[in-house]
Amino acid sequence: MAIVFIVIASITVLMAIGTVTARNLFHAALFLVGAFFGVAALYATLDAGFLAAAQIIIYIGAIATLIIFAIMLSRSMMGREAGALNRQWIYAAIGASLLFVALAALVLTTTFNTTLLPVPDNVIYQIGAGFVGTYVIPFEVASILLVAALVGAIMLARERHR
Amino acid sequence: MDLSQLDLRNLGLLFNQLLTSFGVPPAVVPIIGSLLGALLLLIFALTLVLGLVWFERKIAARIQDRFGPNRVGPFGLLQTIADALKLLTKEDITPTNADRVTYNLAPALAVFHVIMALAVIPFANNVIGANINVGVMYIIAFGSIGSMAALMAGWSSNNKYALLGGFRVVAQLLSYEIPLGLAMMIPVLAAGTMNMNELAEAQYRYAGFGWYIFVMPTAFFIFLVATLAEGERAPFDLLEAESEIVAGFNIEYSGMKFAWFFLAFFLNSWVLAAIATTVFLGGWQGPFVDQIPALGVIYFLTKTLVVFWLLAWIRATFPRLRIDQMMSYCWKFLVPLALVLFMVTAVVLKLNLPHPLEGIVLLAANVVLLLGAWWLLGREQRKQIGASKRAFTPEIPRL
Repeated sequence: MAIVFIVIASITVLMAIGTVTARNLFHAALFLVGAFFGVAALYATLDAGFLAAAQIIIYIGAIATLIIFAIMLSRSMMGREAGALNRQWIYAAIGASLLFVALAALVLTTTFNTTLLPVPDNVIYQIGAGFVGTYVIPFEVASILLVAALVGAIMLARERHR
Repeated sequence: MDLSQLDLRNLGLLFNQLLTSFGVPPAVVPIIGSLLGALLLLIFALTLVLGLVWFERKIAARIQDRFGPNRVGPFGLLQTIADALKLLTKEDITPTNADRVTYNLAPALAVFHVIMALAVIPFANNVIGANINVGVMYIIAFGSIGSMAALMAGWSSNNKYALLGGFRVVAQLLSYEIPLGLAMMIPVLAAGTMNMNELAEAQYRYAGFGWYIFVMPTAFFIFLVATLAEGERAPFDLLEAESEIVAGFNIEYSGMKFAWFFLAFFLNSWVLAAIATTVFLGGWQGPFVDQIPALGVIYFLTKTLVVFWLLAWIRATFPRLRIDQMMSYCWKFLVPLALVLFMVTAVVLKLNLPHPLEGIVLLAANVVLLLGAWWLLGREQRKQIGASKRAFTPEIPRL
C-alpha cells in the first residue's frame, strides 16, 4: 500500500511542479490535469470512490476543460512559449513562501488521529444525508454562490440590445 | 455438465482455487486474477470492434440500399481486418510544429477512457470488472476524459481545422454530459444505488416491464439523444463534419494513430449502448436467468447489439445538425426536461405508492412530460419559422 502511495504521490507532485514551471500555458494546463488525476487516484486508494469520481468530474471534466478553453480562446492559439515569470514574481514568491511556512507549521504541530476506521457500506447514502441534513446550510450557500457566479457570467457575456 | 451449475460468479473462485492448487502463494492469486480479468476485457473490446465496424457498415448499406462490404471473406466479414492491415502499413505522419508528446498521447487517451468505462459494466449478474458503488459516477468521470483527448488532439496538430474541431468537442461533449448524467440519475433515484450491477438487478419487477425504459421512457429518450452526442455520431457528428471542418480534431492523424481514434469511436458507441442496456434495458435480466445465470451474458450482448443497431440506424438516416441548433437543443430542451423529470420522479418516489401503481404513475408522468415538452418545442419552432418567413418576404414598394 505504501509503495502505491509513494508512486501516485510522487507522480502528482511532479505534475504539480510541471504545472508551475511549464513555459507553455497549454502544457501547464495538461500538467494540472495530471495532478488532478493523481489526487483522484489517491482518493481511490483511500477507499473514497465517490470523492475520486467527483474529483475527476468536477476538476478534470469541468474546471480543467474550462481553463484550457479559456487559454485557447484568449491567447494566440498556436503561439507557444511564454515566460513563466513577470514583474510581480517577487511578491508572489514572498506570499507563497509565507503560505508554505504557515501550512508546514500547521501540519507539523497537529497530531493526526490515524486510527484506521472501517469504510461503511453506504458511504454515498451518508454523504447525501449529510448534504441535506447536518451540512445543509454550507451546501446551500455554496449552491447560491455558484448560481450567482453563473448569472454574473451570463450577464457579462450576453449581447446588449440597444 | 449441468448448465444450471454454471454460475459465472463461481468462475473466479474456481480459478483462484486452481491457482492455489498449483502452489501459487495466496497473496498473489487475486492480483493474477485481476490482471487476467483486465486482459480478457481488453482483448474482448479490441476484437469486438472488428465485428462492430462490419456490423455498422452492413446496416448503413442496407438502409441506404447498397450492399456494403461483400468482397473480403464471407459476407465481407474480413473487410475490417483488411482495413486494419492497410492502416498499419500507412505512413505515420507527424505535422511540423506539432506538439509531439501531446500529439502522440491523444489517441492513447481516447482509447483509454473508453476501455476504462468497460470495467463497471456487468455482463451478467455480478460478472463485472470492478463492482464499485459509484459505477454511474465513474462512467461520467471517464466520459469527461474523452473530451480531454479530443481537445489535445485538436490543439497539438497545429492545424486550424483540427483546432476548430477541438473547440466543437468542448462545446458538444461538455454540454451533453449534463443531460446524459441527469438522465442516468433518474434510474439511480428509482433504484437507490449507483452500482451498475444493482441497477440492473433493480429492474426485475412486473415480469420484464420493470425495465426503466418502460417505466421512464422520457429518461431513456434524453439518454439516447445525449448518447448520440457523446458518441460523436450523426446527427451530432459536428466534431468531424467533413463539409465544414474537413475531418475535425483527427485531421492530421494518419496510419495507426488514426486507427486508434477510429477504434475509440466504435468502442465508445458500443460502451454507451452497453450502459443504456444496463441502466434502462435491465442489463442481464431476461427469462430463466434466475435458473441459468450464464444466460445473462447472451441477453446482455443481444440487448446491447439492439441498441447499437438503433444508433447505427439513426446515424445512417439523419442529416447533421447545425452547431447552434445542437447547443440550443441541449440547453433549452434536454437539460430543463431532465431537471423537471428528475424532480417529478423524486416526488413520485417519495409518495411511497404500492408497487404496480408506482410504476404506472411514473410512466404516466413521463409520457405527459415528454408530450408536453414536444408540444412546447413544436409551438416554438412554428413561431420561429413564421418569423423567418416574414423576414424573407420582400417588401413591396409603395407607389
